[in-house]
Amino acid sequence: MGNQVYFEDVQEGTEVPTLRKDPTTQQLVKYAGASGDYYQIHYDLNYAKGNGLPDVILHGALKGAWLGQVMTDWIGAEGMLKSLTTQYRGMDVPGTPMLGKGVVTKKYTENGENLVDCDIWLEDHEGKKTTPGAATVALPSRG
Amino acid sequence: MTQESVISQQMRDAIGVESEAITHEVEKGAIIKFAQAIGDTNPLFNDEGVARQTRYGGIIAPPTFMRSLISNAPPAYKSPYSANLDGGSQWEYFHPVRPGDRITVTTMLADLFERPGRLGNMLFSVRETKYANQFGQTVALQRTTGISYDP
Repeated sequence: MGNQVYFEDVQEGTEVPTLRKDPTTQQLVKYAGASGDYYQIHYDLNYAKGNGLPDVILHGALKGAWLGQVMTDWIGAEGMLKSLTTQYRGMDVPGTPMLGKGVVTKKYTENGENLVDCDIWLEDHEGKKTTPGAATVALPSRG
Repeated sequence: MTQESVISQQMRDAIGVESEAITHEVEKGAIIKFAQAIGDTNPLFNDEGVARQTRYGGIIAPPTFMRSLISNAPPAYKSPYSANLDGGSQWEYFHPVRPGDRITVTTMLADLFERPGRLGNMLFSVRETKYANQFGQTVALQRTTGISYDP
């Protein structure tokens, strides 16, 4: 496991390390199999076009999984993800990179836990935030 | 001009009615396969040897793994639209999910509303899904928003 982040290390405005993803049509098929979501808009181009879509599109939940990974990569084995919210505002297609980012919006102690709220999002290759979200994590203390 | 609502009485009657529970046994291979599919190489989700040395004592499931623990369908209704999109999820987490856990899943339609959008009139359906382990602990809650439209 990598370096553990501690509650004392973060403050409002601290940036969460960026996660890069390069989705392919093959990954959409793998995600369909692993998740059991076989809706054809994610791998059948004709079906997607018949539904008014420009291309096969990424599963929203795959993008949600990446927002989860943005947080779990950061908080390490000693951190705990308490909540994760994802909004699939824009459709994304395979073949171009996406970046997962985050920033700390609040830190506080509640019921003995050291909690950190973050705004998180995925950007497409043009910098458009297609997938905004939020997360709350509990971090260990150095104390 | 106000469009007539596409939400029928049958659809309203489906709100709040819980699905029949279904129990899934969580297999370690399924966790690893899910992590590989999302491209997440975190040893907590992939490597028993490394995960064993953490406070979890072994592999755990990544946060959205429960997407693969599919619920039974809540009461069916005749939807006016055939095309669907996923609008998003709100997850709350209470306990880790481990290989060998038996997770019981129930879901219900919590709300229906409609709104004009890029693809015409859009029907939003909010579902609440609960995941409980073999000890009766709720491990996670997921609130999802689905969007239906006329293709």
